[in-house]
Amino acid sequence: MKRHLISAADLSREEAVLVLDTAAELASVAGRPIRKLPTLRGRTVVNLFYEDSTRTRTSFEAAAKRLSADVINFSAKGSSVAKGESLKDTALTLEAMGSDAIVIRHGASGAPHRLAGWVTGSVINAGDGTHEHPTQALLDAFTIRQRLGSGDQHGADQRGTALDGVRVTIVGDILHSRVARSNVLLLSTLGAEVALVAPPTLIPHAVSSWPCKVSYDLDAELGKSDVVMMLRVQHERMTAAYFPSIREYSRRYGLDAGRMALLPEHAIVMHPGPMNRGVEIAAEVADSPRSTIVAQVANGVTVRMAVLYLMLGGAGESL
Amino acid sequence: MCAMTPRPRHEQGTGNGTAQGQAASGGSTGVAPPGQASGGSTGVAPPGQAERKAVLAAEEIRRALSRIAHEILERTHGGDQVVLLGIPTRGVPLARRLAARISSFEGAIVPVGSLDVTLHRDDLRLRPARALRRTEVPPDGIDGKTVVLVDDVLFSGRTIRAALDALNDLGRPRAVQLAVLVDRGHRELPIRADYVGKNLPTAHREVVRVLLEETDGEDSVLLGEQVAE
Repeated sequence: MKRHLISAADLSREEAVLVLDTAAELASVAGRPIRKLPTLRGRTVVNLFYEDSTRTRTSFEAAAKRLSADVINFSAKGSSVAKGESLKDTALTLEAMGSDAIVIRHGASGAPHRLAGWVTGSVINAGDGTHEHPTQALLDAFTIRQRLGSGDQHGADQRGTALDGVRVTIVGDILHSRVARSNVLLLSTLGAEVALVAPPTLIPHAVSSWPCKVSYDLDAELGKSDVVMMLRVQHERMTAAYFPSIREYSRRYGLDAGRMALLPEHAIVMHPGPMNRGVEIAAEVADSPRSTIVAQVANGVTVRMAVLYLMLGGAGESL
Repeated sequence: MCAMTPRPRHEQGTGNGTAQGQAASGGSTGVAPPGQASGGSTGVAPPGQAERKAVLAAEEIRRALSRIAHEILERTHGGDQVVLLGIPTRGVPLARRLAARISSFEGAIVPVGSLDVTLHRDDLRLRPARALRRTEVPPDGIDGKTVVLVDDVLFSGRTIRAALDALNDLGRPRAVQLAVLVDRGHRELPIRADYVGKNLPTAHREVVRVLLEETDGEDSVLLGEQVAE
């Protein structure tokens, strides 16, 4: 692996498959009586979170702890950031305390990239503004391979395989979604065909340069999707009126039981969480056997263990 | 991590693509003529590559494994409650072969699994992070069983130390034993094998390489000089 993981585009196909294969092996740790490995003993991982997060922060914390690393959790609330300390000074302070890796979530796109230039340790992007969230894309890719790939649930015979030919439809607030951008980059690297579906107002301008196609008609895409990934409508980032009403959005772009019936027999429904039930996804869809939402959370821990092991486990770059 | 003595070469030199190439180009297959094997002056090695001689041929490996299988049956009173765990890469096919022999000799079905020790190694920080291999514990687990670890070469003993740690996280066996195809000496830890295919006196700088039908297309054990890098 590279020293830093800032963007899903940092990963080559080989590296991405290596992360998935490593995660497939580490998944067995969750089923053991002792869920702990000594691999990162003596290393310190700092979770530097400037934005609210439940699953990403706890997931990174659980991953680091299962590998025996020490974890320092830092949230901007109640810290010197409130007194006006800059990101650079905060990061240098934490590094002076002996951190080997900084996991950062920040509201500003590009913050992890700047941080990587200031510190000597590794930087892992855990979501920056509306830019990227590479570990979410990795866990989504892992979940897709686990559910749709050949071989058993433990991924034994899936080693080395990518996602060639898998049709993934990403639906919703693409404009504000770092998950969508990272997924488009990573899934296309792995050979999947990605389609974005959203109201025209929620599609970014530069989308023509992305390796995917764009559609405004959800019903037309569902029949030819192996995976449909619903995104949350990010009200907190919306500074203008992007659609007339929640109800209208939900009717045209929400996934309810009727729409789910249009999907092929084997197709799965994903959501990165947190969900707005009744807006982009109906409760009966979220709780259906096709939904991988709970599996995605469990896989998040193993995929992040794989990333931490590959970045911190050895000396130098492993690829 | 503990302070370490200068690290020895990787115990069995597995996964070394050039080594396999040499084995093929040097013509030192498992059925090398006796003179060739003892003289140690086979063919002309390509520049920068050491030549290798076969120290165990296919039929000798077969006999050694048959003997170990009998010894396991003898020492464990018929193979009752025995679990064979191979250490990847080449310990796994060796464990499978031992299990097949044990069942053909006495009809006892011995569960076979694999145990990857990468995450427990003491030399992780000396090299880039490595890809993990499979760990597969038989469905009945290892609690209360006699676990026989199976590996191809026993050298410093560090792989086995890592394996004992890894085993600790998986359960509590009644006893742990060790079977190796080749014991080449130069131990750095107080570890010994219970079942040995062949004791092979070596110099520290030499490389022992086990080739198996399942992973390399032929059965043979090669001994050669380490290639200078």
